[in-house]
Amino acid sequence: MEVQLIKIEKRNDVSRSIYFLTPVLAIFLTLFGGGIIFFILGFNPIEALKFFFITPISDLYGLSELLVKATPLCLIAIGLSFCFKSNNWNIGAEGQLIFGGIVGGGVALLFYNHDGFYVLPIIILSGAIGGMLFAMIPAILKTYFNTNEILVSLMLVYVAKLLLDYLVVGPWSNPEGFNFPETRQFSESAKMPILFDGLRIHAGIFITLITVFLSWLILYKTYLGFQIKVSGLSLKTAKYAGFKGKTMIIIVFMISGACAGLAGVGEITGPIGQLHRNISPDYGFTAIIVAFLGRLNPVGIIFASLIVALTYLGAETAQIFLQVPKYTGQVFQGMILFFLLGSDYLLFFKIKFLGLKKNEL
Amino acid sequence: MYKNFLRYIISVLFLLGVSGQANADFKVGFVYVGPTGDHGWTYQHDEGRKAVEAAGIKTTYVESVPEGADAERVIRQLAQSGHDLIFTTSFGYMDPTNKVAKDFPNVKFEHATGYKREHSNVSTYSARFYEGRTLLGHMAGKMTKTNVIGYIASFPIPEVIRGINAMTLAAQKVNPDIKTKIVWVFTWYDPGKESEAAQALIDQGADVIMQHTDSTAPVQVAEKAGVWSFGQASDMQRFAPKSILTSIIDDWAPYYVERSIAARDGTWKQQDTWHGLKEGMVAMAPYNSAMGSDLVKEVEQLQKDLASGKTHSFTGPIYDQKGNILVAEGSVADDGMLAGMNVYVKGVEGDIPQ
Repeated sequence: MEVQLIKIEKRNDVSRSIYFLTPVLAIFLTLFGGGIIFFILGFNPIEALKFFFITPISDLYGLSELLVKATPLCLIAIGLSFCFKSNNWNIGAEGQLIFGGIVGGGVALLFYNHDGFYVLPIIILSGAIGGMLFAMIPAILKTYFNTNEILVSLMLVYVAKLLLDYLVVGPWSNPEGFNFPETRQFSESAKMPILFDGLRIHAGIFITLITVFLSWLILYKTYLGFQIKVSGLSLKTAKYAGFKGKTMIIIVFMISGACAGLAGVGEITGPIGQLHRNISPDYGFTAIIVAFLGRLNPVGIIFASLIVALTYLGAETAQIFLQVPKYTGQVFQGMILFFLLGSDYLLFFKIKFLGLKKNEL
Repeated sequence: MYKNFLRYIISVLFLLGVSGQANADFKVGFVYVGPTGDHGWTYQHDEGRKAVEAAGIKTTYVESVPEGADAERVIRQLAQSGHDLIFTTSFGYMDPTNKVAKDFPNVKFEHATGYKREHSNVSTYSARFYEGRTLLGHMAGKMTKTNVIGYIASFPIPEVIRGINAMTLAAQKVNPDIKTKIVWVFTWYDPGKESEAAQALIDQGADVIMQHTDSTAPVQVAEKAGVWSFGQASDMQRFAPKSILTSIIDDWAPYYVERSIAARDGTWKQQDTWHGLKEGMVAMAPYNSAMGSDLVKEVEQLQKDLASGKTHSFTGPIYDQKGNILVAEGSVADDGMLAGMNVYVKGVEGDIPQ
């Protein structure tokens, strides 16, 4: 019996432009794969894809919703890019988002029926600090006690969720709310200003844009950014270069947590307007896909967050108009990641066919 | 004269044509909190939707809509895409429903289990599930050997506390020694947590368990442990054929059909509906013959009496845990008291989480 021998080799020269084009390729492959899935499910693929990717953003309201959905994803993914670039695997952005929401929401409740321009900035700041402190737990445990940050940050998600549950069921629940698990609606002074009447897009988008700009500045124009990059490429090199690894690890976690906390506070002071148990539909986890789809690059992440946000909206629209099952949205997100990782593999490795060889077994 | 007549005819024909068209385009939207395959809460709402569809009205549904920022967009999209009546079937959609209703005065909204009707196009509706709990309590009181009844509760809201109290009162009536033990799981749907809670209650000596959560996990645990159980929201008999004595069924179909037709024909009015056994919004699955034909007959009679109003689930004297009187002898609790119920009656163990 003869078998084909295959050898997988690392490619040495990977073109930069192709590196940034593969996400686009992944998206096209997803569209193609999605079309096939729709066809198998018995829908007209062209029509289904139209309802999925075009109808949701064919009017102003849809565009505004796209930005509402993309804002937290982009913000969290930007923060995560600091961690991921430096080989720190913060999987717990969801928990940092929730904890930021808890702290920000607590301050908002403290300022209930309290007017003043300073109320909202204080809430936003406290949310960011909340997320930051929560992210420091896995960072400090990693640097000083050698724990695995993947496990610690992930487990802390459940801690944050349960804490939120406890607060909205018990001490913070709306006194006029018949014991339903939610707080009061925040006062107007504690809500993000709406940018256009009738649309939900709010001032949080500016926070996101400023964060994107600042992170570009930090990543590409500062010594810290250089440290992050080098540590990401090779930890040993970073050590030889004399970088203080521990401080850097804590800083990237702090940045990441602050971004997630901002996202949380943006949700509760923006479209939600109160605290309850479902302030995030797993934005913190979806943002991991966004970060990688955007190549951990600030501009790339903006585009990636828009595309992933669109898969959410599209899943809803396709269900309303065609009764396509809602979970196709998640299938699409999965496919994007799958095709991206697949093409990455082929980008960095080549497969060599060594010809047929006699199998001696 | 002749000209006027012609005008009249034309306008009538035109109106008929327009209204005929409007009827053909009439669509009803449903927003679900869970998947249609949960075999509990959402499943039953979807059965109601199918009944509307069977009545010749087009329907659309969106399932597993999170109760966060996404709900408002989904409700708005349904309103925008030509749905004339929208049922939002979970408590968490209360504020989003009212927000969207403000912007779409011509669309009618029906919100399940909420209390806010901020605009004239928002109605609320719920079922008197506690009447079913009274029947469960009667059966539990008769069937228990250990005199401990286990109760898996979701959230300490009046609806859930009402169910616990109604069950306990009915059980005490037939068996003064019973105790109700409660485990709060703080979720509506989490098969894992629900099974753990069921097991914990069984370990504490409960030989009858029931739940105010949506999955089939508790009845399956009961079946394995060989204790009695009850199905919730839909007929769960096939998941625990030996253990289940009956199920409380939420039957939304008649209400959904009635309201959809009313909205189509222009007779829809804002209201707050609270229907029970009488109207059929609460129904009971077939009773398990394992409890003996005498008990089945008793329960069937009690069901008739509750439906006719001869018996009320909350008839005085009713005492709270400390022995203070809540409802005086000879009177029954009014709807206002039921709607805001936030204390346990005597015989329930533990405190309401605050």
